[in-house]
Amino acid sequence: MFGSVVVPADGGCHLLSGCGFPAPSADIFNWPVLATFHLFGIEFHITKPVVLMMIGTALIMAFFLIAGAKSKLVPSRFQSLGEIGYTFVRDQISREVIGKDGDKYVPLLVSLFFFVWVLNLFSVIPGAQFPVTSKFAFPVALALMVWVTYMVLGMKKQGPIKFFTNMMFPPGLPKPIYLILAPIELLSNVFVRPFTLAVRLFANMFAGHLLITIFSIGAWYLLSPSVIGAIGSTASFAMTVALTGFEMFIQFLQAFIFTLLTAVYIGGSLHAEH
Amino acid sequence: MSLLAEVTGSLGPIGYGLAAIGPGIGIGIIFGNGVQAIARQPEAYGVIRQNMLLGFALAEALALIGFVAPFVLK
Repeated sequence: MFGSVVVPADGGCHLLSGCGFPAPSADIFNWPVLATFHLFGIEFHITKPVVLMMIGTALIMAFFLIAGAKSKLVPSRFQSLGEIGYTFVRDQISREVIGKDGDKYVPLLVSLFFFVWVLNLFSVIPGAQFPVTSKFAFPVALALMVWVTYMVLGMKKQGPIKFFTNMMFPPGLPKPIYLILAPIELLSNVFVRPFTLAVRLFANMFAGHLLITIFSIGAWYLLSPSVIGAIGSTASFAMTVALTGFEMFIQFLQAFIFTLLTAVYIGGSLHAEH
Repeated sequence: MSLLAEVTGSLGPIGYGLAAIGPGIGIGIIFGNGVQAIARQPEAYGVIRQNMLLGFALAEALALIGFVAPFVLK
């Protein structure tokens, strides 16, 4: 969990050992390169987040493959677990936001939800303890995928020009307002949406991981034979535990919100003036 | 012109503090009114919660951009 925070070789960076608080910085998100390979002249680095992502993808695939392998009318335990996950996304997100005709996009939403959630969950799994989505590249790739999906879908369902005019000129407003509204709508729908989608997920996980790291380093640092050390260290450790619980809630919420917003964007592309 | 006051060190945390005021108020209003709406109409829980989370996500994005900015624009 301590990442690349420099701790003296004897492991003794404590309150009264004349050592300042080793506050973590953004450096704890930079992992050493495990392997390199070249593809199309670009150098690719494999680091811990990439390995975690592969493990996460394999876990999700294995889970849903096993859950859906021998589906019966009366489901087995594993199958009903998979069904709970699937119907949760379908009923709570897709049907609420898009409606019945959103059922076609439920597989995409289910994959997105579980992918984001598992990648977030690595933050609290011992051994992994790193939220993969706190590396900006992962949310960016996901947000770009969502962006392409709802842009292409909108152009297909509403027509390539009509999609933009529907977006920029919502009906029923006084004419002069469109002068301001049209560029704002275009900007917010085409450029700001994918940006905030990626930044929201990334910043939440980044901040959460930094918070947990600060308190766990605090617990280690304050560990010293003194009253303030004993109280502070205990309080800091308690905060780490409490924050871990809080983070688990945030991880779920962020995966949910990511999927919810994807559904909203897809719904907006399917139905005009919405 | 003589130097009257000087700020040294990182301004990032101050910027983040300022950036968090607006979204803080916004999120408070969203959840306050959301809970009120659910209390008045419990049967509309699904729609209200969904819209509540949507508004929360949009307001929160501003605070998070403020949080990331000091790291990016060092």
